Amino acid sequence: MSGKEGSGGFRKRKHDNFSHGQRREEKENVNPSSALMTSFKSFQLELDTRHDKYERLVKLSRDITIESKRTIFLLHRFTSAPNGEEILNESEVKLDAVRRKIKQVAQELIGEDMYQFHRAISPGLQEYVEAVSFQYFIRTRSLISVEEINKQLIFTAEDREETTNMTSNSHDKQPHTWSLKVTPVDYLLGVADLTGELMRLCISSVGNGDIDTPFELSQFLRQIYDGFTFIGNTGPYEVSKKLYTLKQSLAKVENACYTLKVRGSEIPKHMLADVFSTKTELIDQEEGLS
Amino acid sequence: MGELVASGFNCVTAPAEKSLFTKPCSLSSIECCTVSFSVPKKCQKAREHFGTVRTQLESLKTKFPADQYYRFHEHWRFVLQRLVFLAAFVVYLESETLVTREAVAEILGIEADRERGFHLDIEDYLSGVLTLASELARLAVNSVTAGDYSRPLRISTFINELDSGFRLLNLKNDSLRKRYDGLKYDVKKIEEVVYDLSIRGLNKEATVGAGGEK
Repeated sequence: MSGKEGSGGFRKRKHDNFSHGQRREEKENVNPSSALMTSFKSFQLELDTRHDKYERLVKLSRDITIESKRTIFLLHRFTSAPNGEEILNESEVKLDAVRRKIKQVAQELIGEDMYQFHRAISPGLQEYVEAVSFQYFIRTRSLISVEEINKQLIFTAEDREETTNMTSNSHDKQPHTWSLKVTPVDYLLGVADLTGELMRLCISSVGNGDIDTPFELSQFLRQIYDGFTFIGNTGPYEVSKKLYTLKQSLAKVENACYTLKVRGSEIPKHMLADVFSTKTELIDQEEGLS
Repeated sequence: MGELVASGFNCVTAPAEKSLFTKPCSLSSIECCTVSFSVPKKCQKAREHFGTVRTQLESLKTKFPADQYYRFHEHWRFVLQRLVFLAAFVVYLESETLVTREAVAEILGIEADRERGFHLDIEDYLSGVLTLASELARLAVNSVTAGDYSRPLRISTFINELDSGFRLLNLKNDSLRKRYDGLKYDVKKIEEVVYDLSIRGLNKEATVGAGGEK
């Protein structure tokens, strides 16, 4: 009996003294202007600034990805048709727009450590490498170098003047040109993606009755594949992951060349397109799965 | 090349980590004798170990270009967070205050802001402070076992302030956020200890000095 009363008292005391009384008191004890709180307020500011910048870069990276993808789709419409030159010019205009976005990225990164925000912009840069190298391949039938890409990403003072006039910053404090460098890993991953596009180009060019391009492409892809195998597992993890997909693309192109060689002599030219159009669907399905 | 540099780092950080793993032993023995007068002595000894850490961080600085800190950040993040925790623990035991970022940087012999080279990233600092919180929750429990009834009350005030501080931050959904989500359990644990003490009247004698009136 007394024990029961005691436990009842217990519970009451817990309720009154602790859950409400003491807790409230302690919360009020926290002095909003203490040294700890002021330093945390400055941490808040610092973290918010950093996260805002990161978000802005992610947005830019998304825009770069989208525009680069559109450029790639545009370039896929390129066949040795009469309007080929037109499409190339149009793609150049699009890429210029992408580069303007990249310029904004470079501006965000002035005075920052690029690797700190690398994860925000890496997908966009890879897609850009893919688009630029695809265009370069169509033009010159060779692989663009990382230096060549970086050369186009140097923004000069006269571009900058308009922006500085707007923000009215001091002119001579910052360097006259500033640039964004595509990291070797971004370049490699972009090139690995390029091979997927080249595989598609190969299949569709057969569809258009172009018989030389597939052989050229299989040569080119084999060279890239050899290059990647030289790196092998000494590269970063993502690169070795792409190597598998690259091998599949190469196999598809090689099979296409094989079919062309064997059946090309038997099937009349106007029917070749039909043979490959079924093949293309097959490959697209496989791609969707992977 | 990246791998080469990375393995270089591992060689450098391994001894640092070794001294890390010996240090928690000397620190956790503090918990066993919280009432004992040997706390300042142990802190002194721990500070001596930080001398080794300083020389090793000094040699780490020479292993990569100064402007590529974030390129290799992942390689030393974990160790640095642990070092922040240890420095914060020492300072807490000495003065019962939260170590400032500048003070940690000084203890470790590195810079506080990015402009001047090898520095302490703010997220790493905050992670280390969160580790301190869970260690203090343990310390609260163990000091009661050792008969020191006043320490949990002081820890409680400290943790509550820390909690309010962290609540000012807008964290992103990253690892720091995950660590912060654990803080409320530490707060709860310490509050339970304080509750256990107060319902048994064990805090009465203690709070005479600590400023409570119940």
